[in-house]
Amino acid sequence: MSVTELPPPPVSSPAVSPLASLNASSISPLRRLRNQMATGLIYLAVLVAAFPLLLLVIYVVRRGAPAISLNFLTKPIPSPLRKGPGMGPAVVGTIVITGWATAMAVPLGILGAVYVTEYGTGNRVSRVVRFMSDVMAGVPSIVMGLFIFTAYTVKVHKLTGFGGSLALACLMLPIVIRATESMLSLVPRELREASYALGTSKSRTVLTVVIPAALPGIVSGCLLAIARAAGETAPLIFLIGTLQAHVNWNVFKNTNTTLSAQIFVNATQPFPGALSRAWGAALTLIVMVLVLTVAARIISSRLSVKAR
Amino acid sequence: MTATATRPEAPPPPAPPSLKANGSRLADRSFRVITMACGLAVLAVLVLIAVFTTNKAYPVFRVAGLSFVTSRNWNPTATHPSFGALAFIYGTLAISVIALVVAVPVSLCLALFLTEVAPRRLRLPVIYLIDLLAAIPSVVFGLWALAALQKPLSHFYGHVSSGVHGIPVLDRLFQGNNSRDFFTAGLVVALMITPIITSLTREVFATVPVAQKEAALALGATRWEMMRTSILGYGRSGVVGAVMLGLGRAMGETIAVALLIGSIPSITVNLFHPGDAMASVIVNQFGESSGTFTAALVGLGVVLFAITILINIAARAFVARSEKAMGKA
Repeated sequence: MSVTELPPPPVSSPAVSPLASLNASSISPLRRLRNQMATGLIYLAVLVAAFPLLLLVIYVVRRGAPAISLNFLTKPIPSPLRKGPGMGPAVVGTIVITGWATAMAVPLGILGAVYVTEYGTGNRVSRVVRFMSDVMAGVPSIVMGLFIFTAYTVKVHKLTGFGGSLALACLMLPIVIRATESMLSLVPRELREASYALGTSKSRTVLTVVIPAALPGIVSGCLLAIARAAGETAPLIFLIGTLQAHVNWNVFKNTNTTLSAQIFVNATQPFPGALSRAWGAALTLIVMVLVLTVAARIISSRLSVKAR
Repeated sequence: MTATATRPEAPPPPAPPSLKANGSRLADRSFRVITMACGLAVLAVLVLIAVFTTNKAYPVFRVAGLSFVTSRNWNPTATHPSFGALAFIYGTLAISVIALVVAVPVSLCLALFLTEVAPRRLRLPVIYLIDLLAAIPSVVFGLWALAALQKPLSHFYGHVSSGVHGIPVLDRLFQGNNSRDFFTAGLVVALMITPIITSLTREVFATVPVAQKEAALALGATRWEMMRTSILGYGRSGVVGAVMLGLGRAMGETIAVALLIGSIPSITVNLFHPGDAMASVIVNQFGESSGTFTAALVGLGVVLFAITILINIAARAFVARSEKAMGKA
């Protein structure tokens, strides 16, 4: 390598600097080939990830779109043997079960994150809470389901949508804490100090200054958590009863069902009617989850524009 | 707040001794306690998970003892039931290893692409693509793989197994053309853990100091040499952490595996063989179980919980170590 003999960097016209010719001639063909191969492999990896995703989306749209109609989204679920529309109970179930989970996990998670960033800054309790919410984020959803089964379903002795909500809330809690915490710690200290200087108490500062400043990011994190919960299946299978043919808005009474549970139950059915409903449910679920994810993206990118 | 309202009018020099109203101090303190309680809820939930599930599974741990994790004899409905979960543990591990072998190189390449290689206009689409991949529910992956992948994969497996016939190790690993097997489940799980590993390693790579990269380039390194020596070298422990978090996620993946694994408990080196995994056996059999059988399935959950907790703690330790190393630089 003749790097040491480099002339002093050209002050002007860097485009035709001697550096370019130096690079091109000094790199051995083998190294250059290796570099190109690595770059090629990296591009290939993008294709490897994109290809199945594209196939999946096209496939789900192709099989699911014919099943979708207003009747499909509202009518009761017919028996697996029958053809025809009906996924209404699952649509309603997904909304109410995820809704109750959100109502539990979001306030709890936001307040917990407030403690970690605002009150316990750096102390042992907040470090433990942070660490444990990281660990909790890695607990499989099926374990959450077993936990709610032993702690709730066995005690109340019935399968209800609320059991599912509890399990989903456990799943969402660490996601909400993590998202909120990272957003709160981005709020500049000057904002808090300005508020204190006006004589505002700490709690009021948090509620009226810090949280509003971080709100877009918090909302976006919560939407992602909701999207994750809405698509979750495993804990619901044995908590909510799953085989509910009629719309049930009440999560505390009787069994319930969700889109994800219906997909799982119908996926292995040999009957064409049940299968086509499974595809319709899959498309509905993907659209719901995508709307939430895109909304989260838009809201959080708005924030970054403001921050700039 | 009365304090805020009266403050501006108050003459600046003689600061009143106590501006804060007593009520606001009480509110402040109770708010602190409330937020602390919410934070501790995480801890409480984790402890309660351990207590409730272990308690429920206790009968089976008492009956089966250590054979629960060392025996492969699973017959929970017989008159003399036996609860050996080794085949399920093996299945979970086999799927996770396959998933990691496929997902880790792809994810590392994706992360390098996003941090170093990608032209600006390709970056955002690829980020969206990874987001989309992360957003697709597990059950949809399962349904799709069941309907769209079975035939082509069965063909492909047939070719592979006849192709490797006679080659010492490979012909034991790849036999037959079952499309509901360890390998299919592993492939689909790989798709699901790719976004997680990618986004975590991307964060690690983004924190590699620019000086480190520029130093490599200034020494005449090609872009690939720079990525290998400074980025992969510097971010190694962060990458290990990310891979372990992916492993934890792969082990807990339930629904897609339940649809694709074939549900035949087996311990075999043949990756094209149907098997069963911990999470999928729980979800497939829980509905029909009762008594000790239920306890055994909850016991599987306890084992899964313990393994994933340990993996996560170790992974976080690696990530924290890498963050510390980056901070020093």
